[in-house]
Amino acid sequence: MLEGRLAVNKTYKLYIAGAFPRSESGRSYPVRTADGTHLANAALASRKDVREAVAAARAAQPKWARATAYNRGQILYRIAEMLEERSAQFAEQVARCEGLAGTEAVLVVSASVDRLVYYAGWSDKVAQVAGAANPVAGPYFNFSLPGPTGVIGIIAPPDSSLLGLVSVLAPVIVTGNTAVVLASEERPLPAVTFAEVLATSDVPGGVVNLLTGRLAELAPVLAAHRDVDGLDLCGVAEQDAAALERAAADNVKRVLRAERSPEWEHRPSPRRMLHFVEIKTVWHPIGA
Amino acid sequence: MARFEYAPAPESRAVVSLRSSYGLYVDGEFVEPLEGKSFKTINPASEEVLAEVALAGAGDVERAVAAARRAQREVWGPMPGAERAKYLFRVARIIQERARELAVLESLDNGKPIRESRDVDVPLAAAHFFYYAGWADKLDYAGFGPSPRPLGIAGQIIPWNFPLLMAAWKLAPALATGNTCILKPAETTPLSALVLAEIFQQAELPPGVINVLTGDGSTGAALVARRDLDKVAFTGSTEVGKAIQRELAGTRTRVSLELGGKAANIVFEDAPFSQAIEGIVNGIFFNQGHVCCAGSRLLVQESVAEAVLEALKRRLGTLRLGDPLDKNTDIGAINSERQLDKIVELAASGEREGAERWSPSCSIPERGYWFPPTIFTGVAPSQRIAREEIFGPVLSVLTFRTPDEAVQKANNTTYGLSAGVWTEKGSRILWMADRLRAGVVWANTFNRFDPTSPFGGYGESGFGREGGRHGLEEYLDA
Repeated sequence: MLEGRLAVNKTYKLYIAGAFPRSESGRSYPVRTADGTHLANAALASRKDVREAVAAARAAQPKWARATAYNRGQILYRIAEMLEERSAQFAEQVARCEGLAGTEAVLVVSASVDRLVYYAGWSDKVAQVAGAANPVAGPYFNFSLPGPTGVIGIIAPPDSSLLGLVSVLAPVIVTGNTAVVLASEERPLPAVTFAEVLATSDVPGGVVNLLTGRLAELAPVLAAHRDVDGLDLCGVAEQDAAALERAAADNVKRVLRAERSPEWEHRPSPRRMLHFVEIKTVWHPIGA
Repeated sequence: MARFEYAPAPESRAVVSLRSSYGLYVDGEFVEPLEGKSFKTINPASEEVLAEVALAGAGDVERAVAAARRAQREVWGPMPGAERAKYLFRVARIIQERARELAVLESLDNGKPIRESRDVDVPLAAAHFFYYAGWADKLDYAGFGPSPRPLGIAGQIIPWNFPLLMAAWKLAPALATGNTCILKPAETTPLSALVLAEIFQQAELPPGVINVLTGDGSTGAALVARRDLDKVAFTGSTEVGKAIQRELAGTRTRVSLELGGKAANIVFEDAPFSQAIEGIVNGIFFNQGHVCCAGSRLLVQESVAEAVLEALKRRLGTLRLGDPLDKNTDIGAINSERQLDKIVELAASGEREGAERWSPSCSIPERGYWFPPTIFTGVAPSQRIAREEIFGPVLSVLTFRTPDEAVQKANNTTYGLSAGVWTEKGSRILWMADRLRAGVVWANTFNRFDPTSPFGGYGESGFGREGGRHGLEEYLDA
């Protein structure tokens, strides 16, 4: 850095419908490193921002669902490429936010890239693994296919700000769902930077919408929203889960419950992905 | 058109020997309820009391849970899958052996035509046990990872529209996967589940593997309120389904819900005409419309709306309403006075809100609960009869012009259980099937069911699937 040159700091904003707006509330909150140093001010999203994000996710959902599986797979792979290219930046940010040593942070970023590649590969296999031709006892052709549930609200893990985020987001969008993500409240910066990766990876606007702010303010709105079809409570503290699940019952949301200390570095199973698909079965008579 | 009179063709009741009272089935025996309460179950076609049935309370739930827990840990869970399978095959076979008895009993207690209980409910119930029996020793190959484990004990609450069949849908996959069960049949239709309990005794199922707790809504609520079951499976109203989801919020109990529907049955101008008319009739008048996946909203393309309605009305004029045990009966009795009141109220709202009501002339028996097949035309999407589940023989007719409009109208509901599409154009069927938010899409057919075929809905029609390989997942820790 040149002696005496003042750095140009980035303003961390929300990611809604493919754009980076500030919170409509005009608010922000300070984000600190693990040891308490001020890092930046993140946008403090409001309930109205949640509603805007849900509307954007709903608008983007039909087209994303009807993109070919091959296309969605390539886009997820593209996200991995873009993340890989910016590994150094992410490693530094993850290290500062999570208080990791540099080498640990590099591993976290690599694992995040690999996680995206893993799910990219699922896009055109999930229907073959989770679908079926069913041998019904009659003159009918009958098949079942997994389709997206719709708009999924995700409360991202609080600790693992990048790998955790990628590990809950990728399985939701690969099958054609769109998402509204509440980023880690204390460690939101990698998520916002990841949104920049999404914005430059051919992910259509609205497929992923990412908000930063207070979970206590935003999560109940997301959980109760009637136009959200499913809810991943991954990042919710155990004592807060029941109230959110009750709110989710208002429109019978599919809820993926909070997990006790998931180990994100482990190889994933298709379980998260299959939680947010709907099996649709089609019957047709057979006849000459 | 000449009309032929039908002579009565009643199925004999002699095959059923009803006891005057029934206890609860707990830990392999019929026992008296701890609080000594009971209720009467009646024949809705005659209002005759069929039997006095035990009403299970919280103490009975406690006993059943303890029996189920012990049986799961000590007997059924550790048992090799191949042995569990043989028990279930036995059950399937005994259901087949006692098929006529079960069919007559089901029609007596439920009010559905014997033609349906005999040809649909009972054979499908046997088929479900037969299908899932075969899975019990093949779960490693079911696609849920190696050695998937049972969840533990399952509370299963079922409705009155297909009492025996819903019991089979719930019990067969749960048992095949090594779980034990507490079954709560519907208040108005407890009898076939009690005969099923006798069948479990005949099949020598180990005590506690299945427990049957008859009762009313309070029994089901007591079962769910324990919050220590490993699984709750519910089929019934969306309202109660939401209450169960709320009750089990924050617990580790797995839940699956199969709730209401308001299915669109979509008829295009190039549909196979007479099959479509039969499909519309089967879609909404099968089982008096007491079907969660009933095709209760007919969406017909404007160009053929008049012809379809005319043919439909002509066909309805030939339906025979009356004695459920008569083999020629098409429309049986409404299951209960409460359900009849609900249908009457919703139909009245249709008239009030401006839709045009039509029913064929048909004589209604003096005793029992009956509702004639009814069509509403000129229905607006905002009207209650287009939005709310009526669960009766009432069809709301709307029209559309383009495939896009048909999809938009069909999906304009909080439900998403089923849909029907009638067209000879194959590409359009697949286009529609892709866009309809419904768990089951019947193309050029309607209301078909099979144990190998997953069933369940989108949105407020609930979550989870029953039937097929997918139905196993609801009972596995995988």
